[in-house]
Amino acid sequence: MNLDLKSRINNNLERNFQEVENGLSAQEALEEASRCLYCYDAPCIEACPTGIDIPSFIKKIASGNLKGSARTIMMENPVGASCSRVCPTEELCEGSCVLNHSTKPIMIGNLQRYATDWAIKNEQALFKAGQKNGKSVAIIGGGPAGLSAARELALLGYKVTIFEAEKEAGGLNTYGIVSFRLPQSVSFWEVEQVQSLDVEIRTNTRVGVDIQPKDLVDNYDAVVLAIGMATVPYLGIEGEEVEGVLDAIDFVKATKSNPLSDQYIGKRVAVIGAGNTAIDAATCSVRLGAESVSIVYRRTAEEMTAYPFEFEFAKQEGVEFRWLTAPKRILLDEKENIKSLECVKMDLGEASEDGRRRPVVVDRSEFLLDVDIVIRAIGQSRYINLIKQFGLNHKDGVVTIDQETFQTSNESVFACGDVIFGKGQGEAMVVSAAQQGKLVAYQIHKKTSELASETV
Amino acid sequence: MVDLRTNLAGITSPNPFWLASAPPTNSGYQVQRAFEAGWGGAVWKTLGDPILNVSSRFAAVSFNGQRIAGFNNIELITDRPLEVNLKEIAETKKRFPNHTIVASLMVEPNQDKWHEIVKQVEAVGVDGLELNFGCPHGMAERGMGSASGQIPELVEKQTYWVKEVAQTPVIVKLTPNITDITITAEAAVKGGANAVSMINTINSLAGVDIDSWNTIPHVAGKGAHGGYCGPAVKPIALNMVADCARNPLIHVPISGMGGVSDWKNAVEFMLMGASNVQVCTAAMHHGFRIVEDMIDGLSNYLEEKGLFSVSELVGRSVQKYSDWGDLDLNHKVVARINTDTCINCNKCHIACEDTSHQCIDMLKDPAGNKYLQVREEDCVGCNLCSIVCPVDGAIDMVELQTELPRMSWNERQAIISGIDKTVKA
Repeated sequence: MNLDLKSRINNNLERNFQEVENGLSAQEALEEASRCLYCYDAPCIEACPTGIDIPSFIKKIASGNLKGSARTIMMENPVGASCSRVCPTEELCEGSCVLNHSTKPIMIGNLQRYATDWAIKNEQALFKAGQKNGKSVAIIGGGPAGLSAARELALLGYKVTIFEAEKEAGGLNTYGIVSFRLPQSVSFWEVEQVQSLDVEIRTNTRVGVDIQPKDLVDNYDAVVLAIGMATVPYLGIEGEEVEGVLDAIDFVKATKSNPLSDQYIGKRVAVIGAGNTAIDAATCSVRLGAESVSIVYRRTAEEMTAYPFEFEFAKQEGVEFRWLTAPKRILLDEKENIKSLECVKMDLGEASEDGRRRPVVVDRSEFLLDVDIVIRAIGQSRYINLIKQFGLNHKDGVVTIDQETFQTSNESVFACGDVIFGKGQGEAMVVSAAQQGKLVAYQIHKKTSELASETV
Repeated sequence: MVDLRTNLAGITSPNPFWLASAPPTNSGYQVQRAFEAGWGGAVWKTLGDPILNVSSRFAAVSFNGQRIAGFNNIELITDRPLEVNLKEIAETKKRFPNHTIVASLMVEPNQDKWHEIVKQVEAVGVDGLELNFGCPHGMAERGMGSASGQIPELVEKQTYWVKEVAQTPVIVKLTPNITDITITAEAAVKGGANAVSMINTINSLAGVDIDSWNTIPHVAGKGAHGGYCGPAVKPIALNMVADCARNPLIHVPISGMGGVSDWKNAVEFMLMGASNVQVCTAAMHHGFRIVEDMIDGLSNYLEEKGLFSVSELVGRSVQKYSDWGDLDLNHKVVARINTDTCINCNKCHIACEDTSHQCIDMLKDPAGNKYLQVREEDCVGCNLCSIVCPVDGAIDMVELQTELPRMSWNERQAIISGIDKTVKA
């Protein structure tokens, strides 16, 4: 859907935020499922960070066993409905499909969505809580990693309590991914699936403010830190303190939790950064009626962290990409409205530690970009204070863990998800967070089982 | 241009593609549309005492989302008055004098009845007669169709009665609902049949609705067996055609049918001894226009093979079809996997491992790339791996040279009994 400005505004904005991609019809799903070879020892399973038995769930679609299919998916990935929409499938399951070598890969993501959509629509409860084992776990953060850990622990018989700072659980899936790619209802369904296993979710409860870390460590057999990441840091340029400069995370979140704002209609928007959130902020701006939207990125398409499908989508939405461009300062008028963004051209120099080539300023290449809104999307900062309150070792907010046990420097505190991502550790994908949540659950179970057998 | 004309026991046709006696040949309107589309002949939907039909008649079997892998019907013979059919046959024949019209007939096993109907249909100018001893449903409950076609004496006797008065060639259409179709084919020949055609439909129940628990199809909650046809029955039909073709007692031409869906299927039936083919399900699936590719594909095939006439195909594979006891026990083929073409779905491995002879290994080369390899010494040449393989050319069945001379089971047994005799003597 490439909407010109007029039709974007004439359409009511609500409609712009409905899911872009239609799901497969029953006929399409059956035909696609029938095309799957049902490989033995299939590479797609290996390519899925959560190890979903993909040939099995597809076979179940083909046989008409949709409940079984949804269960096969959600068993391995408690946020499998969201992942069917947001996973970079061409880099994961679909990228490894053997049919890449003969015809064309199976639409695994779309089939996964078909099966989970069926379960959502038919209000299926897919799992039952395990028999209680008398142990309790506190999970801080109800995002993909926290929910995943909670689900696995509940199946294993733990009494789980999730402490969620926001009004709703679901984390990134609920607040951080644009509605037209991931409707909130999908994330809520995943939350309900976890809740239905007798998991208590205390929303609007910020650990460190409403409840103290020590209380959790003292009162629960284990604590899982799955707090993700915080706000987008400042750019460090002149003029960015004014109202017209926004945090991309807050910006996207507002489109998911409040009535859609009409204040962006006709505005010129610059988004700084070229990661997943930058794309979301840019396409959100388009659908909120912005006149023009530019992504300003100091490196090139090669180095950006957005996925190819996101890049493609943004281009189709009419987002302009300004490569090798860095913001220098924001020029304001007398009323502190943004007039323009002064940028400077960059060049790529030597590769830095992370392997990406370091951008270097091109002298006297300054130019002005006339914009009304600037959105910061240059990554996220960390909840360092909370990490400190727990007294955990960390590197610039990336919590240090034992790679095998997911234990932090406090052995009864485990960590997973974005809070351990960075500094060469982990992956930033939702699906990786889900897998880490599972692994943390197994490690907790292993630890408590070992303790139990020692005491016997 | 290759010559597609065929001659089945004196019945000539512009090409080997006939519509079988079935719903597509129910009326003059339909048969004329078929001839316009290019069909060489049509066997008119079976004439007899008009009957009543039920509503809800057809059902089909889908396979992996593919529609009409098999087709099932409980429709009976024509439900239109004989005089209407005869009038339309005459009109059609007049409009298409070079196309073939064969009248399918079914009456009670009664000499006078057969004489009467044969005279009536020959009077309107049909090119031949096909006796329907095959329909397995409905009419069989009244002693007709497959009920008489399953009793060799009745086949012979009724054929004989028809031949007493028939002026045109008589084809006897046989039922596959019998242990050995050559028995009834022989009976037809003994009765004087000029040709046999096969197969009629196979007794079938298309399915059961797992929600309502009704049969598929059902008539007001009740079902009855139907006749099965379509692509799924082709191997059964082909075997029956071949069995008749290689039987010296059945020395009459064969009209082959049962799942013929395209020109390749037609070539197979003709190679196995059919002089022409009859088609129904494929036309019911796609309409009469499919004959265009049948004609075109067959012509191109014959040209490519350097043949001038379609008749040159007939029976060319019959001598290659024999009994198991004549197969060479010393012949050896093994599977070979072409790793360049293989896409590593591992279906061959698991099929062999779980259900055959455990001789395909999943290996890794020094660089860590996965590949599959056949342990040829353990491979029995069953073909399963190459059958399940989804990629053309990834698995070849390769013939191995052996030192041993050809030796079939029959030859082996003959030698052993020779030795036994010598020993005893």
